[in-house]
Amino acid sequence: METFYEVMRRQGISRRSLLKYCSLTATSLGLAPSFVPQIAHAMETKPRTPVLWLHGLECTCCSESFIRSAHPLAKDVVLSMLSLDYDDTLMAAAGHQAEAILDEIMTKYKGQYILAVEGNPPLNEDGMFCIQSGKPFIEKLKRVAKDAKAVIAWGSCASWGCVQAAKPNPTQATPIHKVITDKPIIKVPGCPPIAEVMTGVITYMLTFDKIPELDRQGRPKMFYSQRIHDKCYRRPHFDAGQFVEAWDDESARKGYCLYKVGCKGPTTYNACSTVMWNEGTSFPIKAGHGCIGCSEDGFWDKGSFYDRLTTIHQFGVEGTADQIGGTAAAVVGAAVVAHAAVSAISRAAATKDKTTKA
Amino acid sequence: MGATETQGFKLDNTGRRIVVDPVTRIEGHMRCEVNVDKDNIIRNAVSTGTMWRGLEVILKGRDPRDAWAFVERICGVCTGCHALTSVRAVEDALGIIIPKNAYLIREIMAKTLQVHDHAVHFYHLHALDWVDIVSALKADPKKTSELQQLVSPSHPLSSPGYFRDIQNRLKKFVESGQLGPFANGYWGSKAYVLPAEANLMAVTHYLEALDLQKDWVKIHTIFGGKNPHPNYLVGGVPCAINMDGDGAAGAPINMERLNFVKSRIDEMVEFNKNVYIPDVLAIGTIYKQAGWLYGGGLSASNVSDYGTYEKVMGDAKTQKLPGGVILNGNWDEIHPIDPRDPEQVQEFVTHSWYKYADDTKGLHPWDGVTEPNYQLGDKTKGTRTNIEEIDESAKYSWIKSPRWRGHAMEVGPLSRYILAYAHASKGNTYAQRPKEQIEYAAQVINSAFPKALGMPETQYTAKQLLPTTIGRTLARALESQYCGEMMLDDFNELVANIKAGDRSTANVEKWDPATWPKEAKGVGTVAAPRGMLGHWIKIKDGRIENYQCVVPTTWNGSPRDAKGQIGAFEASLLNTPMANPEQPLEILRTLHSFDPCLACSTHVMSPDGQEMANVKVR
Repeated sequence: METFYEVMRRQGISRRSLLKYCSLTATSLGLAPSFVPQIAHAMETKPRTPVLWLHGLECTCCSESFIRSAHPLAKDVVLSMLSLDYDDTLMAAAGHQAEAILDEIMTKYKGQYILAVEGNPPLNEDGMFCIQSGKPFIEKLKRVAKDAKAVIAWGSCASWGCVQAAKPNPTQATPIHKVITDKPIIKVPGCPPIAEVMTGVITYMLTFDKIPELDRQGRPKMFYSQRIHDKCYRRPHFDAGQFVEAWDDESARKGYCLYKVGCKGPTTYNACSTVMWNEGTSFPIKAGHGCIGCSEDGFWDKGSFYDRLTTIHQFGVEGTADQIGGTAAAVVGAAVVAHAAVSAISRAAATKDKTTKA
Repeated sequence: MGATETQGFKLDNTGRRIVVDPVTRIEGHMRCEVNVDKDNIIRNAVSTGTMWRGLEVILKGRDPRDAWAFVERICGVCTGCHALTSVRAVEDALGIIIPKNAYLIREIMAKTLQVHDHAVHFYHLHALDWVDIVSALKADPKKTSELQQLVSPSHPLSSPGYFRDIQNRLKKFVESGQLGPFANGYWGSKAYVLPAEANLMAVTHYLEALDLQKDWVKIHTIFGGKNPHPNYLVGGVPCAINMDGDGAAGAPINMERLNFVKSRIDEMVEFNKNVYIPDVLAIGTIYKQAGWLYGGGLSASNVSDYGTYEKVMGDAKTQKLPGGVILNGNWDEIHPIDPRDPEQVQEFVTHSWYKYADDTKGLHPWDGVTEPNYQLGDKTKGTRTNIEEIDESAKYSWIKSPRWRGHAMEVGPLSRYILAYAHASKGNTYAQRPKEQIEYAAQVINSAFPKALGMPETQYTAKQLLPTTIGRTLARALESQYCGEMMLDDFNELVANIKAGDRSTANVEKWDPATWPKEAKGVGTVAAPRGMLGHWIKIKDGRIENYQCVVPTTWNGSPRDAKGQIGAFEASLLNTPMANPEQPLEILRTLHSFDPCLACSTHVMSPDGQEMANVKVR
């Protein structure tokens, strides 16, 4: 990436002008003139990658999850690893001072900034179900996406639509890949995604200077290639036919499998059972509730969270599951037999996804 | 409009108009416009909720046992409080009594949220309204250390070297020229009055709180599996208890898990005592000394809450933050509040982008109707999709206007603390602790800190100090402290209950919809971090027939009603002088003191779903 100084040079700006700019920056920040050479030095060396984080229709759970990151600490990400230049949830400036930053970064770092999107644009009512600076959010989204180097879709809202897109989707909330069609989009689904998955994806991009390998649906394979079920610590109970039959029964107290009370772990691709939540503290199944499948497309409209999975055709359709355990306990009946059978087909049909480089 | 009067406030929109959009450091999307007079004093305020997601429309026809997960996604900041309100509404409708363990676990989770949400709000969304980050670079670390030891003698992180390290890191960050979230801030504004050392102390705690908050929410992860958005369950909690039986090590709740929870509670209590409370008291003292006692608005007259934190489960008389309504600033009279009474809580849409059969009438949530109706007034500047100035004489917000018996209300920690103070003053023994906290805080702000800082002492009463922007921010900190303390009691009671032989965590008698009546309706209420929250549900044939949420920011952020009465946001901004109208610092400071949550505020549904036909689909 070009440094700020290089960009300025390319645009015909002399070092003298750069120093002038630096001294203006120092003055505007109330700093002594002695800071000028330091600012100039920083600008002449590698800048932190600017990130513009936009919010559409959402609940801010993705931002909240992001600040829970333990490794790296959210503090270190924001202060040392990237430059979070626009994020309406955290930024000091408001109103036109905030919006000026968008224009500044989009100009200075054209093609070099990362766009991170939390939430999605509604299309009904001319987009005015989500108004920012008096205009529809969709306009802002398209404007900022235009010169982004890459686009991250944080969470299930940006990736799939999530709760506001559940039937009947009154605002016509629309996942961002349907409105940004000319850029690589990295989907990091989940409601919200796991904190360390979010910072893991972004630090991978900064460290290796490329976007991570994605599956056919655009999810980073490193976190989304396996089902919760595949690595669940209660999996042996599934295989042994030991199930929770009712809430707080003796099986629930022993930590048996939650499949019969609606666990969606067998159809959900995510890292909950491996990375786990909140610095590895636990994950939904360990805390006694089935997985609700929050990282899957349209999970709100696949029946009750407490319905036992019967839609076996869903098993393995993504073709990204590497493998599935061989043991299918007969007690679960036809569903599990089909589960294993479909998994075998999926294994045979799995193809290597095309990898997109940024 | 010219000049008009309402609720004792004068509104005058003839002066220069200032637009702030987006209002940042809030949850969701919001716009604010004010008019200032020739002396740059705010004389008219217009608050606009700028998003609508229609979650309750989406809930229609779904399984009531799933509703908690949908409504939990109303907000990821106050995560869990809508889920809790929802399971309470369903249990109320179906007559389900949850086990005591489940009650206590839910209480611990709710109070964990209070502490987390309040602290993150203060440090990461609100502090920059009071604290000048760039000024912190000029602070003397040694003097900062002295200040730290003065305001919080027991905080271990107080050495000059500690502050010097943070300051150096900050310097390096600023010298990089990439200021990230701190770019274009209002640094150096005259509206900032803290000395450099207080700024460095507060910025340091911004970073400390950021590191610590991620640990506190692990209590949600233990009981609910994840945070944000932990899991809830109609009838109890999903985390079964197994202290010493077969499989205890893989069980949701065992000795190790309980010990983990206890450690996190202790950390929260310590942080509140050593950091959060002293910081707010110090900042409050210095701003009060500078005469900045603006922002009271409606809190000086009308406040309300449903009441919460029962000492004895199911006994409202034992609430440790008791509810009610105070009108016209009369703290001697507390009106009872009943969310079921169709005459009490009603929502209006006169100035909201919705349509009723009669726009001048209010509707109780059980009978709520919503039909989106986006239209701008004639005096709007700009166009339908490019609003330059809003016309507040017409419809101007995606937020409805809830009213209690026709009165606009302020809700939130400040309202709860004014109510608790009033209850305690009338002899309620369950609400004494908040009164003690208020009296202690007033003593520190009036006397102890001014003396220690070499400033003149003051004699403000609680009634003068509380209904202000500072008071709103202070009440939130006190509530965080109180919740930490109550959580310890809840934890000890949970352990005692398990010790007494009760392992039960869920009542499944009415889990099967076949056991439900054909029709039922219920209400759930929760003291959400931002104020009183209610969900109203109607169930028919095992499905949701109607679901309505009336949310704290709907109360506080409401546009005007049929009578022209303003809501709490608008009222709080009036008569505040701005140091520089180009920089909306005072507007942000007061709006942020409410901790606005816009995704929460804009939810509505119709009982028949007919609004769908009126949505224009491209």
